[in-house]
Amino acid sequence: MTEEHKGKTAENTETSEKKKEKVGPDGLTKRDRLKIKRHAMPEQAPEERITNFLSVVHGYTLEMAYEEAQRCLDCPRPKCIDGCPAEVDIPAFIMEILKGDLEESYRILKADNALPAVCGRVCPQEEQCELTCLLAKKGPVAIGRLEQFVAEYMLDKYEKEPPKVEKIIPTKEKVAVIGAGPAGITAAADLVKMGYEVTIFEALHKPGGVLNYGIPPFRMPRRILDAELGSIEQMGVDVRCNMVFGKTITHEELLEDGYKAFFLGTGAGLPTFMGIPGENANGVYSANEYLTRVNLMEAWDFPNADTPVFVGKNVVTTGAGNTAMDSARVSRRMPGVEKSYIVYRRTRNEAPARNEEIEHAEQEGIIFKYLTQPIEILRDDKNWITGMRCIKMELGEPDDSGRRRPVPIPDSEFEIECDTLLVAIGQRPNPIAMRSIPGLEISKWGTIVVDDETMMTSVPGVFAGGDAVVGASTVILAVGHGKQAARAVDAYLAEQRGGS
Amino acid sequence: MTEPKPNEIVFKKRLSENTLRIEVVAPLIAKKAQPGQFVIIRVHSRGERIPLTIADADAERGVITLIYQEVGKSTYALGELEKGEFLHDVVGPLGHATPIEKYGNAIIVAGGLGTAEMYPIARALRAAGNHVITIVGARRKDLLVMVEEMESVSDEIIVTTDDGSFGRKGVVTVPLKELVEEGRADFVITCGPTIMMKFVAEATREAGVPTLASLNPIMVDGTGMCGACRVSIGGKTRFACVDGPDFNAHEVDFEELMMRQKTFCDFERKSLDLWLEEHPERAQSGG
Ligand SMILES: Cc1cc2nc3c(=O)[nH]c(=O)nc-3n(C[C@H](O)[C@H](O)[C@H](O)COP(=O)(O)OP(=O)(O)OC[C@H]3O[C@@H](n4cnc5c(N)ncnc54)[C@H](O)[C@@H]3O)c2cc1C
Ligand SMILES: Cc1cc2nc3c(=O)[nH]c(=O)nc-3n(C[C@H](O)[C@H](O)[C@H](O)COP(=O)(O)OP(=O)(O)OC[C@H]3O[C@@H](n4cnc5c(N)ncnc54)[C@H](O)[C@@H]3O)c2cc1C
Ligand code: SF4
Ligand code: SF4
Ligand code: FES
Repeated sequence: MTEEHKGKTAENTETSEKKKEKVGPDGLTKRDRLKIKRHAMPEQAPEERITNFLSVVHGYTLEMAYEEAQRCLDCPRPKCIDGCPAEVDIPAFIMEILKGDLEESYRILKADNALPAVCGRVCPQEEQCELTCLLAKKGPVAIGRLEQFVAEYMLDKYEKEPPKVEKIIPTKEKVAVIGAGPAGITAAADLVKMGYEVTIFEALHKPGGVLNYGIPPFRMPRRILDAELGSIEQMGVDVRCNMVFGKTITHEELLEDGYKAFFLGTGAGLPTFMGIPGENANGVYSANEYLTRVNLMEAWDFPNADTPVFVGKNVVTTGAGNTAMDSARVSRRMPGVEKSYIVYRRTRNEAPARNEEIEHAEQEGIIFKYLTQPIEILRDDKNWITGMRCIKMELGEPDDSGRRRPVPIPDSEFEIECDTLLVAIGQRPNPIAMRSIPGLEISKWGTIVVDDETMMTSVPGVFAGGDAVVGASTVILAVGHGKQAARAVDAYLAEQRGGS
Repeated sequence: MTEPKPNEIVFKKRLSENTLRIEVVAPLIAKKAQPGQFVIIRVHSRGERIPLTIADADAERGVITLIYQEVGKSTYALGELEKGEFLHDVVGPLGHATPIEKYGNAIIVAGGLGTAEMYPIARALRAAGNHVITIVGARRKDLLVMVEEMESVSDEIIVTTDDGSFGRKGVVTVPLKELVEEGRADFVITCGPTIMMKFVAEATREAGVPTLASLNPIMVDGTGMCGACRVSIGGKTRFACVDGPDFNAHEVDFEELMMRQKTFCDFERKSLDLWLEEHPERAQSGG
């Protein structure tokens, strides 16, 4: 950062001390800060962005980031940190923006979060750090956008002038990490920093987990994702793709091979279907299949990439989580699509997706049909979907989750004409890895049971975290689990060492 | 001589105009592969993930054998790779192994490329003490593959061609029905075109002969993540990549499977046409 940004700042510190007002590195007082308004995110216009798969948000400029950073009060007891599952030292990284030291700011971010560019872009900040920020009511500091800015600024810089990353020479035991999603990546990064010899075994041909196969490039540009993921290999983590744990390689074999601890970060990648008639019609996909085809296999660029995806004119997505928003928004961008609907049995208030994704979807012309439940898929004689029979719902009493339960309104059935249906009503953990470890305790929801403190499963030396443990959740929660598990693995192996 | 590396093609042979046999270095897969399991491969960095059965595995040499037919862009592109070149990705072994038990008279009904998929199964069934009778069918003589190999692992072999250019004239279900009627069928397993498997299921249904069909729906990940491979078995949806690929043939909804297999027809045609435009030498030879 250059001197000019410190322009309106360096006043005399003596006068401010007299007033007992805290002055930041930029010389502003609290009162000055409160006057600055939260900076909007520059974005591609909706009509433009639905024609491409480029990033929707442009990201803050250096000036915007600096001014947004000036809004942070550098609270003595920063509440924002409590809202972040990875406990990122938020004021510290923001203060470095003001000091002009983005390298240090990035270092602070990376110390707590292996994936700051990703999290800055995809965390549901409004329910996390920005919810607990002291300024939440007035308009919280745009913590996510600042995090994204710093990380992407540095990744760009490092692309031009690669830093000298010291490969860490392992001095400790071999640890196997299963799954290269956010949970596994984080655990691996932390463990390699502690001196362990870490190998990640990933089933797909690319690392990233949902970040790569689920989240579309217009939300998470692949250049940035690859750079962020690549950094763990530079640190010395051995990432081995095309390795299905439980099939290609087993727990037993890895034990024989000298691995002393395991972390299962296998996610929740098993699609759920609705169980209504006609669901195996042609043109009905799980959101996972659709998104995998488009994002991981790059079907958006067919025939330059080999994998095709069929999308018709009228595409319906059922569900209202992030997966549903991504499916509907991808559809909006596919050539030939005229209408992209979201059908959800509750209302906007209950929709689990990030606010920003719902807003973006609305701007892009996604048609929302709330309080609507699909009951049957209509097909022609060639098994192609032609439409969907639905029933109207109303909200009744709250259910176990505390949300009001949708109940069908009698005689309210109607049809929606469509030729593509994307089922995005939730995911469960994939059992391949967990079933291959004898004695591993699994809950009735199919998730791996762990000790909340240590993240250790019922099998000694086997730890787990992320979606595999909690069911479909968030990136940063997976990051938090990865961190927690890395510490627990370290403690466990230290104890083993002491004991032997 | 340098050590062969993972994914390297160490052997390649054209068995017929559009059928090839390759051996690929994949030590971890070779060590574990069991009859009935498959791999998913990608030919290049923007390639499709395509499933191919592990036709044979040599744990000692760390190689697996794949036998495949050139039917579309990915398999044509695979056919272009020479010995010493590499597949971009190979993952497996996927799916369940075929249940190998002592059934008595075990009948294998293979059509077209299903023959390659049945080879390791025939061998295993025989090793388990079954009397293996193999029925191989093809449209014409030149489309028959691996007959000699099948012969070497079967107690009896019956070959049929639609046009009578080799073996018995007609379809595989004729000799199958005879065996069923003679009471010489204790167990049947079939692999080949979906329509053929459907008729095999019909041929054994009445007599109640346990019959397995090795299904080949469209797949993407092969690990249960996408649901592309879903099939209806006894009215329930199952994922062929993790629950199969073998299922009780009498419960399979073959009609649905056949229709689902056509989902990407237009795209596949376009892909292949573009590929053949870029490879005119192959366009002449068929395709
Ligand atoms: C479409 C979509 C959009 C989302 N959007 C957001 C968002 O905006 N913000 C947010 O915070 N969260 C979002 N989420 C949720 C978030 O992505 C997940 O909570 C997070 O990725 C979980 O991380 P994980 O590491 O636990 O698992 P995953 O990311 O699922 O990674 C698991 C990895 O393990 C691998 N694996 C599985 N089984 C095996 C095996 N047997 N052997 C080897 N490898 C195996 C998988 O291939 C995968 O790569 C979204 C999810 C989806 C599906
Ligand atoms: C479990 C399993 C085992 C198989 N084993 C073999 C084998 O040993 N040898 C062999 O030659 N073939 C095998 N197949 C079929 C093989 O996967 C397809 O021929 C191949 O994917 C075609 O790709 P393509 O791009 O060349 O042709 P495409 O242009 O994609 O398609 C041509 C034809 O192949 C079918 N097809 C396309 N994609 C797939 C897919 N992902 N899965 C299944 N079928 C598809 C289409 O319905 C179409 O009829 C197997 C399939 C499965 C599911
Ligand atoms: S990681 Fe997510 S929750 Fe934590 S500070 Fe960053 S944006 Fe907020
Ligand atoms: S709570 Fe808000 S204002 Fe206070 S330090 Fe955190 S981000 Fe800054
Ligand atoms: S191929 Fe994706 S679930 Fe079977």
